[in-house]
Amino acid sequence: MSQFVYVTYIRTTPKKLWHALTDTEFQRKYWFGMHQECDWTKGSSWKMLFEDGRVADAGTILESDPPHRLVIQWQHELMSELKAEGVSRCTYEIEATGSATKLTVTHVIDAEGSKFIAAVSGGWPSILSSLKSLLETGEAMPADIRPPKKG
Amino acid sequence: MSMDAVFRALADQSRRKLLDRLHNKNGQTLGELCEGLAMSRQAVTKHLRILEEANLVATQKRGREKLHFINPVPINDITERWIGKFERGRLATLSDLKRALEDK
Repeated sequence: MSQFVYVTYIRTTPKKLWHALTDTEFQRKYWFGMHQECDWTKGSSWKMLFEDGRVADAGTILESDPPHRLVIQWQHELMSELKAEGVSRCTYEIEATGSATKLTVTHVIDAEGSKFIAAVSGGWPSILSSLKSLLETGEAMPADIRPPKKG
Repeated sequence: MSMDAVFRALADQSRRKLLDRLHNKNGQTLGELCEGLAMSRQAVTKHLRILEEANLVATQKRGREKLHFINPVPINDITERWIGKFERGRLATLSDLKRALEDK
């Protein structure tokens, strides 16, 4: 099994954080320009898309308890090596803790030494820092964390 | 969750060593983390508590075990705040240089 657990404290409310995680326009601001298509109810299909419409990842909502808990069955779709590792499970837990809201992201897959988990674990800290900045200051981190375009 | 707590937690060799061990193998129990270390179990427990309070370590219960995970998000916040700025300046300078050279 491969797993990571990332935690961030954001000065916002659980409701606003849930909205930021599930709203398409909000996602585009902090998720490398990507967005997700889903109606966020249990059993509904879920997709992560690039700006150009290509599907990067796809899956199903396993649990949805707004604004507390969301579990996504998540499979990579583009690179065959990562797709072959099968489905992963991503869990968001949202807890009010005094002045801030605690967001815990747990991502787990059965495969040992998973390349998928290694790949997504590198992206999450930037996404979470940007989400925090967006909710606390109204501005996302500049998107220069993306690889530069060939010019 | 203050940045002071993050810097204080990182300003100790033993705690950095524990983070290195979690970086090499994530999701370890206290027992696993103590293996081969010249530190008492109590000292490791104390260091882990400081790391957890600084949000550099996150824990999860699995059955009766408590697993420790490295949480790089606060370090990324610091990177974005202190290094991102300089990086952006450097990238802008490089783009300007490229434009100036190519225009000749």
